[in-house]
Parts: sequence; C-alpha cells; structure tokens
Amino acid sequence: MPGISSLRFNLRLLLVALIFVLLLLPPLLNALPAGHPLRVSDFVVAVTGKWICYAILALSIDLAWGYAGILSLGHGAFFALGGYAMGMHLMRNIGDRGVYGHPILPDFMVFLGYKELPWYWLGFEYFPFAMLMALLVPGALAGLVGWLAFRSRITGVYLSIITQAMTYALMLAFFRNDMGFGGNNGFTDFKDLLGVPLNTPSARTGLYLAAFGALLITLLISAHVVQSKFGRLLIAIRDAESRVRFLGYDVTAFKLFVFVLSAMMAGLAGALYVPLVGIINPGEFSPGNSIEAVVWVAFGGRGTLIGAILGAFSVNALKTWLTSFAPDLWLLVLGALFIVVTLFLPRGLIGLIKRRGA
Amino acid sequence: MKKGASLYLDGITVTFDGFRALNNLSLIVEPGELRAVIGPNGAGKTTMMDVITGKTKPDSGTARFGDHDLTRLDETRIANLGIGRKFQKPTMFDALTVFENLELALKAPRGTLAALHWRLSGEARERIDEVLTEIGLTERAKDRAGILSHGQRQWLEIGMLLMQDPELLLVDEPVAGMTDQETEHTAALLRRIAGKRSVVVVEHDLEFVRALGRKVTVLHEGSVLSEGPIEQVQEDPRVIDVYLGR
Ligand SMILES: Nc1ncnc2c1ncn2[C@@H]1O[C@H](COP(=O)(O)OP(=O)(O)OP(=O)(O)O)[C@@H](O)[C@H]1O
Ligand SMILES: [Mg+2]
Repeated sequence: MPGISSLRFNLRLLLVALIFVLLLLPPLLNALPAGHPLRVSDFVVAVTGKWICYAILALSIDLAWGYAGILSLGHGAFFALGGYAMGMHLMRNIGDRGVYGHPILPDFMVFLGYKELPWYWLGFEYFPFAMLMALLVPGALAGLVGWLAFRSRITGVYLSIITQAMTYALMLAFFRNDMGFGGNNGFTDFKDLLGVPLNTPSARTGLYLAAFGALLITLLISAHVVQSKFGRLLIAIRDAESRVRFLGYDVTAFKLFVFVLSAMMAGLAGALYVPLVGIINPGEFSPGNSIEAVVWVAFGGRGTLIGAILGAFSVNALKTWLTSFAPDLWLLVLGALFIVVTLFLPRGLIGLIKRRGA
Repeated sequence: MKKGASLYLDGITVTFDGFRALNNLSLIVEPGELRAVIGPNGAGKTTMMDVITGKTKPDSGTARFGDHDLTRLDETRIANLGIGRKFQKPTMFDALTVFENLELALKAPRGTLAALHWRLSGEARERIDEVLTEIGLTERAKDRAGILSHGQRQWLEIGMLLMQDPELLLVDEPVAGMTDQETEHTAALLRRIAGKRSVVVVEHDLEFVRALGRKVTVLHEGSVLSEGPIEQVQEDPRVIDVYLGR
C-alpha cells in the first residue's frame, strides 16, 4: 500500500512541476523577436497572468472549503478588496497626470467636488502600505464574519448564504459614489507601478512573474498547512466538527485561522490582478464571481490544492475560448459543468488522474 | 487536581419538547472509581453523558467536576478539564488513518500554532504504538478509519480515549459488536485504568457488567432506580420489574 500512495504523491509533484514549467513559457516565448514562429502575443501573456491570479483565488477557496469544509460563496469579495487596495495605490500614482490635472485628487473625486482626500485614502501612496492593506482588509473582514458565524456554530448552507450576502452588500456599497471608491466606474486609466509604466512589455513581464511567484509561495504555504497536524485537524473538522470539540480543540479558533489566511490569499490575488487587467470596479463583487470560483475548485478537484489550480486554468481557458464566439452560452456551460462534476466527477479532474495513477 | 476530582450530579433535569429524558437525576462518582450504568433503552444514559460533556445543557440541577461547574462550560473546555468520552455510535475521522486519529487524540497542546508546528516526537510515537498494540490495530495503523469494521471502530475510539489520558472516562456501550474474548479484554482494560482514573461505563451486556464487578447504577425514565453491587441490584424487585425481569 505505501508504494501506491507514494507513487500518487510523486505523480502530484510531477503535475505541479509541469504546471509551473508551462507557466514560464508565455513570458519567455513573448520575448522572442517579432515574426518568430514560436513567439506568443502580448494578449497571451496578459490572459495567462490573469489566470494565475484566479489560480491563487482558487487555492484560497480550496484551503477553506476543500480542507475545513467552509464553503464560502463570498471569496470574490476578498479578491475585490485586495484589488481595490492596489487600485487606490495606482490611482495615487497617477498624480497630476489625470484629465483634471489635480496634483492629489483622482479624477473622479475632482468630478464629484471633493475638496480633499478622504482619511481612508491616506497612506495608499506608499506601495508597501497598499500591499499590506490588500492583505489586512480582507483578513479583518473574514475575521469579523468568521468570528460571528463560527462561534454561533453556523455551518453548511447557512454560512454559504451569509458569505454570499456579504459580497452582495459590498457590491451595492461600492456602487455608491459617496463611498469614495469611484462608484460604478471604479478605478482605471492607471499610469505606472513602482516607477514602471504599465503599458510596457517589461511591466507586463514583471507583473506576470510577480503573480507566478505569488502562486508558488501561496501553494507552498498551503501545502505546509495541510500537511501539518493543523491540516489533519481541518479535515477532522470538515468531517465531524463536533467530535473535534470533545477532543479538547477549539474548533472556532481553527476555522477562523484558516478562513482569515484564505481571505488574505484571495486579497493578494486581487492585488496582483488589478494592474494586469488595468481596471477594478464593483462588478468584481458580484455574487456570480464567487460562485464561478467555487466551480473552478469543484471541477479541478477539491481538497487537493493542485486540483484547484488545475480547475482555475482549465475552466478559464474554456471560458476564454467559448466567449470568443458564443458569449451568451457561458453561463449555461458553467451550470452544466457544475452538474457534470457533482454527478460524475465528485473528485474533479484530479480524481480522474489519480484513478489512472493507481 | 492531579489526585483526581469527583463527578457530582444533583437534581439534573433535561426535557426535549416536554419529554423528560432526565428527571431529577443525582449521581456521585468518586476519584478512581469504576461505575457501571445500566438501564433500558431510552432510560437517559446517553443524555446523562451529554450533560457531563457539555453537549446538552440541563434545564435545572447541578453538574460539577471538582470545582468546575460543567453546566457553564462548552465541550472544548470540559474536554480540557480531563473528561474524555467514547460515543455509543463510534465516532472518529473516517478520512484519516488509524494512526492519525490517535495522533489527534494524543494529549498535547491544543492551540492552532501548536498544531502548525507539531512534530511527532519519538516519545509520542511510542505512546501511539503502545495503544495500537493495546487495541489490536497495529496492522491497520496506515488504513483509513472509514474502512474499519464496527468492532474495530469501537476499539479505535477506545484507543483515542486512552491517548487523551483523561481523569474521567465516559464510555458508552463499548462492547457492542465485540466477540466474547474482546469483551473480556475490554473489561480487564477498564479495571486496569480505574484506580488511577475514574471510569463510567454504560452497557447493556450484563455479563460485561458482572465482569467489571463494581458498583452499578440502574437508570429508569431519567432517574436512578437502584444503586449498589450487581448481586444486590439484581435482587431489587423494582429493577427486576422494569429491566432484568423481561
Ligand atoms: N436530542 C434529542 N431530542 C429529542 N429527544 C431526545 C434527544 N436525545 C434523546 N432523546 C430522548 O431522550 C430519551 C433518552 O435517550 P438516551 O439516548 O439518553 O437513552 P439511553 O438510555 O442512552 O438509551 P439507549 O440504551 O437506547 O442508548 C429517549 O427517549 C430519546 O428518544
Ligand atoms: Mg444511549
């Protein structure tokens, strides 16, 4: 028996290595001289970079759902909050290069008649501060929501509904102009990040590699968590929460820990995503986004980490391909995908591979 | 606390939708005592354990373990006072291996960071191997708990209880699904544990209760019907009426 399990383990490692090697190809092939047959377009780099951010989001959902059984249908909110934190920094970087040429206020504030920067915009001109907020704000929100829910032993579908309501409420709030986050237009027309103009090839490659590194690091952190006794406790909580209490563990603390960690990972993904796509608006909070991200994880195979990454790439590849000629079909296909996975592939893509491996 | 605390229940009443599962129940278990609790189906034996472990809050009455008021503590806190429990329907973590189930139960710091940084020491491994031998599951250590037979699940949960090393063990129907030989082994094991630890065993199997050979409490309709040595209890006309005489 141990032979088979270590074989499976090696198969998984091999898969991880393969994914990361493949992910290095787009920026490398993009650097080839124009006209070279193997050269890939800027578009491919931008899209793959976006998918890497989605893969980090999927990983964060797998940690909470696949291991601890916390099915959050609001992780899109943590992603969006991280994105807004980065967006605020990018807006501050514009300086007096906006349409109105105001030295401090972003265009939308001038337009809305703001006289000075709201207090909660202070500090975002500093990159490290903005990055810190991209982690801390989602983490704090998850801490609050999680604390309220977990200590009252709210689980299962009720928890899912609460998280879904959370992202919906945030979407409505961010749509309002007087929130000070640009209303329904959100933030866009970014100029540069860390002194590098965003529309240059080197910025694109840099952002891509940053996302690549973040995926690698978040995967390593997640793997460390799930392979520790902490990870085995998460599985125990997922399968028999009450039994864990009778062993003397504080279940609320364990769930809170993993939920906050997961929200911070989602926030990081959002922060990396915004400079890559050049825009953030309240649409990122829409409940559908969170549900779609859960489908990625279910499709790839939950509770395996690598499955979440695989799911994010494959479902988004399908989406990009399909929406290029039949955008109206996407929601139908997504729904069908979810049904197929639930009925025929309870362990997702990774379950198929494992069956082969064994 | 190291000398062991006594368990003290007084006037405990629990109602479910108007039905009295426990009715003015009183019971004292001294440190180191081994007590058998018997009674017909629905007598309230499991509910009594639910009250002691914080799963069910009584409507009225006192439940103390040493200086601690059990009615005000949650399951986690009560478990950390040193009260361990084996459930009537064996309950463990099916996706984890036998070894991992024991490892989670092993007495060790229970915090989140401790769990993140946990390294299995040689001492801990030895203790787990010891218990694996005791419960006869050494060969199954690497198997997932979910594929064990009912009898093996009983043993695994007893093993988890041993790993916790509690001061008070609450054991709900441990020998259901066990062979005669295993039943004897369990009785011997519990007799050995008692003395250093307090043990409360709920069991229908009278042979087993006889094998334990200690004080017996008979529950009926949520209260104590009779209490004493098994020979005396068996003679009690009320007991014969509701339970043994059937
Ligand atoms: N959560 C609950 N809700 C409603 N009724 C309950 C609940 N728990 C127990 N009861 C009822 O309380 C009574 C006592 O149940 P309990 O499980 O304590 O009996 P028991 O002595 O352990 O019986 P058995 O020998 O069958 O295990 C039963 O009539 C049972 O149906
Ligand atoms: Mg019972």
